[in-house]
Amino acid sequence: MPLWTFYGLKQGKVSTAWPKSGDDGQAGVLGMPRFEPAKCQSDCRACADTCLPKAITMIDGGGARLAVDYGRCVACQLCVEVCPTGAFTASSDWAFGVRRREDLHWAQSAATPEGEALKSAIQRLFGRSLHIRHVDSGSCNGCESELQALNNPFYNLHRLGIFFTPSPRFADLLLVTGPVTYAMRGPLLEAFEAMPDPKFVMAVGTCAVSGGTNGGGYACGNGLDGVLPVDIYLPGCPPNPAAIIHALLMLLERAAERVHAGHVINGARDA
Amino acid sequence: MMAHLEDIALADLRGRCEGAVQSGARMQMAYAWFPNRGTLPEIRYLVHVGAGQPIQIWRCRPEAQTVPSLSHIAPLLSWYEREMIDLCGVRFEGHPQPEPLALLPGATAPTPPLRPDATAALSYTPERSMLPEITGPMNEDVQLLPFGPVRADVLESAQFDFYYVGEGILHYHPQLFFKHRGMEKRFEGLNPELGVVLAERVSGIGSVAHALAYCRAVESAANCEVPRRAQWLRVLLAELERLYNHLHYLGHLCHTTTLKVGEAQGKYLEELAKQINARMSGSRFLRALLTPGGLRREPQLQGLGDALSALQAQFLPYAAMLEASTTHLDRLITTGLLSAKLAFDQGATGPIERASGLDRDPRRDQTYAAYPELPLKVAVRHAGDAHARQQVRIEEIGQSIDLIRALLHDLPSGAIRVSCEAPAGSEGLGWTESPRGSLYYAVHLDRDGHLGRVKIKSPSFSNWRAFAFTVHDSNMMDYAINEASFGLSIAGCDR
Repeated sequence: MPLWTFYGLKQGKVSTAWPKSGDDGQAGVLGMPRFEPAKCQSDCRACADTCLPKAITMIDGGGARLAVDYGRCVACQLCVEVCPTGAFTASSDWAFGVRRREDLHWAQSAATPEGEALKSAIQRLFGRSLHIRHVDSGSCNGCESELQALNNPFYNLHRLGIFFTPSPRFADLLLVTGPVTYAMRGPLLEAFEAMPDPKFVMAVGTCAVSGGTNGGGYACGNGLDGVLPVDIYLPGCPPNPAAIIHALLMLLERAAERVHAGHVINGARDA
Repeated sequence: MMAHLEDIALADLRGRCEGAVQSGARMQMAYAWFPNRGTLPEIRYLVHVGAGQPIQIWRCRPEAQTVPSLSHIAPLLSWYEREMIDLCGVRFEGHPQPEPLALLPGATAPTPPLRPDATAALSYTPERSMLPEITGPMNEDVQLLPFGPVRADVLESAQFDFYYVGEGILHYHPQLFFKHRGMEKRFEGLNPELGVVLAERVSGIGSVAHALAYCRAVESAANCEVPRRAQWLRVLLAELERLYNHLHYLGHLCHTTTLKVGEAQGKYLEELAKQINARMSGSRFLRALLTPGGLRREPQLQGLGDALSALQAQFLPYAAMLEASTTHLDRLITTGLLSAKLAFDQGATGPIERASGLDRDPRRDQTYAAYPELPLKVAVRHAGDAHARQQVRIEEIGQSIDLIRALLHDLPSGAIRVSCEAPAGSEGLGWTESPRGSLYYAVHLDRDGHLGRVKIKSPSFSNWRAFAFTVHDSNMMDYAINEASFGLSIAGCDR
C-alpha cells in the first residue's frame, strides 16, 4: 500500500486548470460542421441526402434552401465530405451547450441572448457548487464513457465544486443521456420526481436532445422534449468532457453560452 | 476468409446440431429474418467448426412459425431463441425457458417488431421480472434486493435482482434490455453506405469494432476487395480501441477493489489514449473513418508512434504494480470462477473465455483485415477467475502496442478506398474481435439495394449470459469486483 502512495506522488499533478487556463484536452477533436449558406449551390442536395439524423433538411420555397438543426447533428462529418462547394466545413466547435432549443437551429441573424434574471437565481440557490444525478435513458454508452472521464485525474471535476451523487434526493441537476427508451421513461420520471426543488435538467448528447440517429422506432422516444423540462441542451455524439464541463459551468453562470441561432460566437476553442 | 452457406431441413436440425456439438463445434449465434418482406421467417445458425475453418451458416426455412428448439443441445442458443420469440414471433418447440428476453416483462407489440409488416410502437405496463419462487424451511430468511435500473455512479441502466441470505447470493437475475432501442430495425431501408454511421452508434465504446464488422459484412455482400493500406489502417483503429477500453477496464477494476491510486492511474492512461485517438482521427472514439470499401480519409499518423511509446512507458510500471498489490490481488484471485466448460457451453467470448483457458481469437482463427500479416500473440490464462481476466487484459494492452508499432513500421502505401456496391438481394457476414470479444454483423440487402435486415451479435450479449453463472453461490462483497472483471457493456447487448 505505501508503494501506491509513493507511486501516486511520483506521478505528480496531471489535472488541467481549464477553463481558467491550460489545456482543454481536445486537440484534434472535430465538432459540428460550420455552415455558410452563401457558398451553397442552387440545385444540390448532397448534404441533406447524406445526413442520417436529418440535421440538414431541404426547405421548399422561401429564401433559404437548407434548414440546419445542430440539435440533431452527430458530427459524422459526411456533409463536409460530400459538399462540392465548401458550404459545410469541419470545425472544432464542440462547446454547443444552449439554454434554448431554438438556438441549435441555424438562422441568418443571431438573436440577443437573455439570462441575467436566471443568473442571480442560480447563484443564490447553489453558490458555486452542484450535485448531479445521472440517468442513462438508453444511450450507446459513448456519453457515459465521457461522463466517467470527468472524474479522471485530467479533468478532475471535483476541482470545480461539481459532484455526481448516487441519490436523486441530494441532486440539483438531472443529467440525462439517451433518446429515452420505452423501458427507461418510467424510471427517468421517478428519478426526477425524487429530486427536491429547485431542480434542473440537462440533456447530454444528441440522443437526449433530439433522438439523433437512434431515436424513434418501435422502442424509443426522441429525447427529452415532451418528457421533462430541459434547462440545458448539449448536443454532440458524444459531447467531449470539456464540452460537458462548459455546459455545467454555463448552468452555474460561471461560463458564457457560446452558441446562438446555430452560430458559434467567438469561435475560439477556449470557453 | 468466407462463410459457408448450407440449407438444412427442419427435420434434420436437431441431429445436425447434436453432431456439431459432439464434434467440438460451437453454435455461435442464431437469428431470423423475413426474405422478400414476407411474414414467414428464415432462421440462420452460425457454427464455428474450429480454428482456420470457414464459419458455417445453416439456413432453415420452416413452413410455419414453429421451429424445434436447440437450447437443450447447445445452451448458449437459448438467448438467441428467446430473442427471436420476442422480436420475430418465431415459436420454438420445447424451449426450456420461453420467457421474454429482449422485451421487458409487460411490453407487448401487436405485430412482432422485426417483421416487415410491423408498424406500431411497443405498449408497456411494467411488470416484475420473472423470479423463482422461494419455498422450504426458513424461506423468510431469504431477502430480495432489486438494484436498478438507475444505479449509483455514472453507469448504464440495468436492473439486478439478488436473492440472498446474509452475504451469500442464492440467485441472481440480471434484467437487461432496459436500453433496447430497436437498433437492428433502424438499419432497415438505409443506403448501405449510411448504415456505418448507425453501426458506430450501437455501442459507443465499440464504435470501431461495430463499424468494421458492419463494413466487412457489406463488403462480403459486394464481393469487394479492400485496398491493402486500408486493411492495415483498420487494424490500427481496432487496436487503438482495444487500448483505451482495456485501460478503462483496469481503472474500473481498481475502483471496485478500492485501490484509489490504481483507479486514478488507469483512468488517466485511458484519457491519454483517447486524446491520442482524437489527434489521430478527429474523434476520441475513432469514429467517422470506416466505410464500406475502405477508409473515408487518411488518419493523422504523425507523432502517433512517440505518443504510444510514452503511454507504454507509463503503462508498464502501472501493470507491474497491479500484479504486485496483494490487497488488490486478494480480491481477484478465486473471485467469479468461470470454468472452461461453462465458458464454452454458455458462449463466453473474448478476454473472458481466454481467461478460462479457451484459446480462441477470430483475429487469428477466422482472420481478417491485415491480421494475417502482423505478429499477433493470443493471451490465454487458465484460472478462470477475476485475476486471470485482469492478466489477459494486461497482456493484450502490451500486445496491442507492439502490434501497432510493427504496423506503423511496415505500413504499405497506396489507396485507402475502393467503390463498394452491394447488389440488390445479396447478403454478407462480417465479424471482428472487439475489445470485449467476438462481434458479428449479418447484413441482407433488399430488392432495391437498401438494407433489408441487419443482425448484430455483440460480445456482451454472450458474456452477460455466462456472467450470471459466476454469481450464483458467490457473495455480495465480491459482486461488484466480479462484474467489473467481466468488463461488460450494456448498450451493445441491449441494442
